[in-house]
Amino acid sequence: MRFRTFCFAAAILAWPIASQAETAVKIGVLNDRSGLYADLAGEGSVVAANMAIEDFKAAQKGLKVEVVSADHQNKPDIAVNKAREWYDQDGVDAIFDVPTSSVALAISALTQEKNKVFIDSGAATSDLTGAKCSPNTLHWTYDTWELAHGTGAAAVKAGGTTWFFLTADYAFGAALERDTAAVVVAEGGKVLGDVKHPLNTQDFSSYLLQAQSSGAKVVGLANAGGDTINSIKQAAEFGIVQGGQKLAGLLVFITDVHSLGLKTAQGLVLTSPFYWDLNDGTRAFSDRFMKTTGKRPSMVQAGVYSSVLHYLKAVNAVGSAKDAQKVMAKMKEMPTDDPLFGKGSVRADGRVLHDSYLFEVKKPEESKGPWDYYKLISTTPAEKAFRPMNQGGCPLVAGK
Amino acid sequence: MSCSDFSTCVMSVLGVPPQALFGQLLLGLINGSFYAMLSLGLAVIFGLLNIINFAHGAQYMMGAFGAYLLLNNGYFSIGYWPALVLSPLIVGLFGILLERNLLSQLNVRSKTRSVTAIGAFFVILIVLYGSHLASVLGLGSTVPDLPSLLGYNMDATTAYAAAAIGGLLAATVFANTGLIDSHDADQHTDHLYGLLLTFGLAIIIQGLFVNQYGSSGLPYTIPTELSGGKNLGFMFLPIYRGWVVVASLFVCISTWLMIEKTKLGAYLRAATENPTLLAAFGVNVPRLITFTYGFGVALAGLAGVLAAPIYSVNPNMGADLIIVVFAVVVIGGMGSILGSIVTGFLLGIVEGLTKVFYPQAASTVIFVVMAIVLLIKPAGLFGKAA
Repeated sequence: MRFRTFCFAAAILAWPIASQAETAVKIGVLNDRSGLYADLAGEGSVVAANMAIEDFKAAQKGLKVEVVSADHQNKPDIAVNKAREWYDQDGVDAIFDVPTSSVALAISALTQEKNKVFIDSGAATSDLTGAKCSPNTLHWTYDTWELAHGTGAAAVKAGGTTWFFLTADYAFGAALERDTAAVVVAEGGKVLGDVKHPLNTQDFSSYLLQAQSSGAKVVGLANAGGDTINSIKQAAEFGIVQGGQKLAGLLVFITDVHSLGLKTAQGLVLTSPFYWDLNDGTRAFSDRFMKTTGKRPSMVQAGVYSSVLHYLKAVNAVGSAKDAQKVMAKMKEMPTDDPLFGKGSVRADGRVLHDSYLFEVKKPEESKGPWDYYKLISTTPAEKAFRPMNQGGCPLVAGK
Repeated sequence: MSCSDFSTCVMSVLGVPPQALFGQLLLGLINGSFYAMLSLGLAVIFGLLNIINFAHGAQYMMGAFGAYLLLNNGYFSIGYWPALVLSPLIVGLFGILLERNLLSQLNVRSKTRSVTAIGAFFVILIVLYGSHLASVLGLGSTVPDLPSLLGYNMDATTAYAAAAIGGLLAATVFANTGLIDSHDADQHTDHLYGLLLTFGLAIIIQGLFVNQYGSSGLPYTIPTELSGGKNLGFMFLPIYRGWVVVASLFVCISTWLMIEKTKLGAYLRAATENPTLLAAFGVNVPRLITFTYGFGVALAGLAGVLAAPIYSVNPNMGADLIIVVFAVVVIGGMGSILGSIVTGFLLGIVEGLTKVFYPQAASTVIFVVMAIVLLIKPAGLFGKAA
């Protein structure tokens, strides 16, 4: 009896020591693992998250980091159910990645309700740090405003003064078209019309024909993934480019270019905050990434790496992952710095600022092999690459 | 209102210039040719086997991947035209294996055959992938397998796929050499079993392809003979799209003629009506069924090859399309050959027009039509009332 009491007392005494010695952090990578965005996010994002934990040397710093992942199938209801389970039952502290804008907005709202941390890399909508911003959400990699101002402004300056949009009919497409149309008008151009197509459309011929007959100089593709691939492939078939019209792929991932082949994709101008062959830091990361996955990382996967790294730094500084507000405050206070996105900062509305690049897809004869696809045209510095805070309409920072 | 004749009047009221409308009608026809070819295969299979072939989309995808793999592999490079024949043949053969070993087994209980298939699957898997399995089971990494002995490194997908196909093949060979007993009885099973089996197969096949080739798709270019386009005055018609319509019409019409006008077609129709009676006349009904399934699947494969240069070649390409094609078959009347062809083209046009007037509804319109048709004619437009 006395022995048992002794053990009990020892256990109670030891408990706080054990938990102080090791800070448990559980992060969830929630993305599309089987559908059209599985290549640009999917398992590769989980690999990137694990690489960040490895590079942070989490174990040596007393952080016990566990990664869980799930397939949200690009459906907000499935994603919210999974996230609720993670937050309520599995003790997940932060969710990462989450491509598909409609899903990301739903997860952002849930995360605020549960007071956890959400760092989005995969989704595009600028509303995440605009009208629908949240004190618990950071938006890491890119957004529709950045894409619109990168690609859109470049196209208007190159003489593309009249536009016709092919828009995916959901939150992301609407946001991308809205942001790009604003740039076009601001730069002195004109929007002649648009057509909204359902997500996951196979055949774009009808929409392309409408774009063709509009007579617009630029056909803006406000869609993503398989939809972008199909529209570019079929635009070539219908002679859109030979007819004198230009294609502006507003959101083009490297996996899309890989899938199209350079013969079809050459000459396309696109905006991206990350390319694997940009500098020594990105190349070293990409070589390691390729050893595990057999592919080069997309900007979304790079964003997951970089955001997990920054999150762990903040958790380490705070000493616990449980107080979401403290971790958020720390992340906003510390500058971001990693080999993939360079130096940057986190703004009060949750927008992460880093440089953005304008690339052109190489011609087949310029490319040295698979994944050698982009050449750099220009760099937009971090402070100009994203929407100024006072224009976003984020209630968190109103009046600042 | 100032319009010269009635038709221009109607069209300008609708807000679309007549030229654009003609263009959209033609595009509808092109999409309709894919629907027609796919629903034709489904209808042929349903008519004879009474099985709703949910694996049709996966088989269409396999046709497209077949064309890609014939062109891009480490050994040889076979172009579009031979692939147009070879890929459907390969996919059709795969279908025959499925029918012999899985679908026909829904009717008869031949345990020895199932055991042979499963046994052969594991034997092949161990031979091809034993070293990996051993390390997973904790038996150490010293167990050799065939590829590692030959100095190759085989990946999981290839090993499992090869084992599955090998298992089916082994069971077929054993059954046909009479080493194990195999019966074929009454062919009309409950729809539900076939549906569940083929649906499961479709998911497995798609999963294997996603695992191996990723989900964002692979490039396949239009053959040079068919690239470019023609300006028809009211629209720019890519030559390849024209070719698709011609090829599809040719295939649909010749299939229809074969079933309606030849002796083989007469057997087929007889087997649909009463397989037992036909067997009593000395016709090998099980073989007829096997080849019919293979033919239907090959049609899906052919549609896949035709689609490869214009749509993104990705593992989910069939899953996206198959639901629409099912709606087409239901509207046309389950099992009706002519119905599936006509409805395929018709619904392509309906969808094309929707893309002009209310694009957001383009993915829904076919299901609305389906609901209306089912309310008015429950057996479908061309179906016989039960």
